[in-house]
Amino acid sequence: MADEFPKTPLLDELEKGAWPSFVSEIKMAAKRNAASRDLLGLLERSYREKIGHWKHGGIVGVLGYGGGVIGRYCDVPEEFPNVSHFHTIRVNQPSGWYYSTSALRKICDIWERHGSGLTNMHGSTGDIILLGTRTDELEPTFSELTEVGFDLGGSGSDVRTPSCCLGKSRCEWACYDTMALTYDLTKSFQDELHRPAFPYKFKFKMSGCPNDCVASVARADISIIGTWRDDIRIDHDAVMEYAEKGLDIQKHVVNFCPGKCMEWTGKKLTIDNSTCRHCMHCLNLMPKALRPGKDQGAVVLIGSKAPIIEGALLSSVLIPFWNPQPPYSDLKDLVGRIWDLWCEEGKNRERIGEFIQRVGMGNFLEMIGVEPIAEMVAHPRENPYVFYEEYLVEDDGEEEEGQN
Amino acid sequence: MPEPTKKRITDIGPPHYEQFLPPAVKANYGKWLYHEFVRPGVLMHASETGDKLYTVRAGGSRLMSIDKIRMICDLADKYCEGYLRFTSRHNIEFMLTDPSKIDALIADLAKLGHPVGGTGRSITSIVHTQGWIHCHSAATDASGIVKAVMDGVIEHFQNEDLPAKCRIALACCLNMCGAVHCSDIAILGVHRRPPMIDHASLKKTCEIPNVSASCPTAAIRPGVVNGFESVVVEEDRCMFCANCYTVCPSMKLNDPLNDGVSIWVGGKVSNARHEPMFSKLAIPYIPNNPPRWPEVVDAITNIIDVWKANARLNERLGEWIERVGWPRFFQLTGIQFEKLHIDDFKHAGLTFKRSAHLMY
Ligand code: HEM
Ligand code: HEM
Ligand code: SF4
Ligand code: SF4
Ligand code: SF4
Ligand code: SF4
Repeated sequence: MADEFPKTPLLDELEKGAWPSFVSEIKMAAKRNAASRDLLGLLERSYREKIGHWKHGGIVGVLGYGGGVIGRYCDVPEEFPNVSHFHTIRVNQPSGWYYSTSALRKICDIWERHGSGLTNMHGSTGDIILLGTRTDELEPTFSELTEVGFDLGGSGSDVRTPSCCLGKSRCEWACYDTMALTYDLTKSFQDELHRPAFPYKFKFKMSGCPNDCVASVARADISIIGTWRDDIRIDHDAVMEYAEKGLDIQKHVVNFCPGKCMEWTGKKLTIDNSTCRHCMHCLNLMPKALRPGKDQGAVVLIGSKAPIIEGALLSSVLIPFWNPQPPYSDLKDLVGRIWDLWCEEGKNRERIGEFIQRVGMGNFLEMIGVEPIAEMVAHPRENPYVFYEEYLVEDDGEEEEGQN
Repeated sequence: MPEPTKKRITDIGPPHYEQFLPPAVKANYGKWLYHEFVRPGVLMHASETGDKLYTVRAGGSRLMSIDKIRMICDLADKYCEGYLRFTSRHNIEFMLTDPSKIDALIADLAKLGHPVGGTGRSITSIVHTQGWIHCHSAATDASGIVKAVMDGVIEHFQNEDLPAKCRIALACCLNMCGAVHCSDIAILGVHRRPPMIDHASLKKTCEIPNVSASCPTAAIRPGVVNGFESVVVEEDRCMFCANCYTVCPSMKLNDPLNDGVSIWVGGKVSNARHEPMFSKLAIPYIPNNPPRWPEVVDAITNIIDVWKANARLNERLGEWIERVGWPRFFQLTGIQFEKLHIDDFKHAGLTFKRSAHLMY
């Protein structure tokens, strides 16, 4: 069956139109690869029947690693034998997703020898995804990848491959070196990344400024977002230049400032930095005129996740201002304390954000030895059901531990 | 034959990024001053050293063959000294120091079928998941819908013609691999039929207490069915999260008759102006209609057209809706508001309108 190109009238419809077509990509690979030919046939069948044809994953991997491979088996192997196994390999991307063409070609060559010839550049966590191979090809692929300097990423209940925006390499707003921090954390947590030992997955994402181009606030257990503490740097001539070129500064910059802290006289822009919220709007509109201050660092937030299991969460502030300096021991110590606690007390498949909801943020902070501060909340509680922890008894007037 | 004595290399981590930086990026690391939008899809970054770097952003399909990667490498060799990068949203970026080569590069990209755009006030590539290409859990395909939607909105990829940027994302089930829950427009695959339990196999493949415990609404309890030790689901309590299926293959929810997609709007992750927001339900259900899901494409282009026609410059979809109110969003888009739009899970009360601040 797989020797000939399957007929795919439905998928062919997706070769029409101006956007790059994934069907054309599969067909390109299918010219030389039987698994890709069977994938076409199988996908056409899914399109006809409106249902996927993959079985619940199995546990496969490379020796000594617990993560990095997603096992996948097709549920109609008689008909499509070349995708009876179709495991994906997650390959840890370099920080910032920069490549030399020689490195990319090496990966392509390896994947030509050992897999379907299909990839995702990249998966949503950030890894290079090598899409589809057989169990007996996993070890050889891994060994050739490590020989050219690449290693596997995370999967399962482990540290997932950390990822970052391109930061200082090409963005003037980066308030710390996202690529260096990401590389350092990834190297430091190799064991936690390859050998799942947590209640569930744990993700780090690094963005250089509050634009948060890697969506860290929405999908990382630890979100590290660059920011600054002193005054926004203003180049007044450049402000005038934007005004002269037709930017309505009052209407489009000042009126949208959420801090209501900007004033524009038509000649001069002033900012009350004490109530600036570091939202980036004015900098985004006038990159040539406004720059982050010089006292730069990052906000560290904790706990975002998608809805499964207890509902979606955004990360919330843990450290309002952190100065990231290699070797970043302060952050690693804190993360170590969080992992110890979570491994001890967390339930199976409970993300750290859900854990915090269950035990209470106040208790969580106490358990990891972090002082509660007002920056951590949008506002103090409204709900009067307070778990007061101590009360006085009549006898001696001394405070004693209550029941709570 | 592999050499039997060869030492196995492990735990080396990713290669250091520095070796992959184009020379101009390496020389100006941390020295960038500002950037300009040269034209849609082309950025210019200026450094304090006086250097200028031009970035050409090309749209890509996330699923790529090694053949295509090699062709892209050829272009990077020809124009960019053998370096390139990918963005977090599957775009490919070519960085040049010589602006006179930009047109030729864009023409070569067009020959490969890759449009240039996605900068500034535009729609950029859709972040998405695996769908029927690779996942057991999928309630819909991912790549197919994404392709059809991008074909439908490509003018907004190639032109910076929107009030603000618009991020679209797709996840093929509620696991939401990818941050779709904070997107301007999210397409989310949904199951609508409670688990179809394979009682004969359940006890063999799964731990019954684990299966019961997996359900967020406690709809699952142990029970004997047709003589098999298995579980029963209280169907009224099922909200189709498929969490039970994640822990147990015998709890399949996938069903061609009932699976489909829902559309969510108004989320964002950036801090610019408004704080990050979750996306909210706009359309509870659209049946799967492969290969091109025309109803989904129409729904999305309609929402974008209405936003474009009514929003002020700088207002992302969610910011615009916040200003004019949800009733007007439903009225202007012609989407029917119904019972399913009202939250009934934990803390639902916080989403009710709790004041007289209404617009007429
Ligand atoms: C309980 C929640 C989740 C479950 C059970 C789950 C399950 C899965 C499964 C089964 C796959 C394999 C798909 C395949 O066959 O290739 C997968 C892939 C993936 N998941 Fe998740 N997932 C969950 C949440 C998330 C979240 C919240 C994220 C990211 C923020 C994420 C990121 C990924 C990525 C990056 C992949 C690789 C394929 C891709 O890029 O789409 N997952 N997940
Ligand atoms: C105007 C100048 C801007 C530039 C030059 C810029 C640059 C970038 C770059 C380079 C990426 C790709 C990141 C990567 O792959 O490493 C990106 C993605 C992104 N940017 Fe920006 N950015 C700008 C403004 C903004 C603004 C104003 C926002 C939000 C309002 C924003 C939100 C995002 C988001 C959400 C992503 C995609 C994250 C994802 O993958 O989900 N950016 N941007
Ligand atoms: S998050 Fe900020 S620093 Fe990073 S690429 Fe985006 S705009 Fe630049
Ligand atoms: S960064 Fe945001 S809050 Fe601060 S001055 Fe600019 S627009 Fe206002
Ligand atoms: S979103 Fe769901 S169906 Fe899609 S890849 Fe993730 S787990 Fe699979
Ligand atoms: S799909 Fe979700 S709500 Fe329904 S039975 Fe399974 S775990 Fe419970």
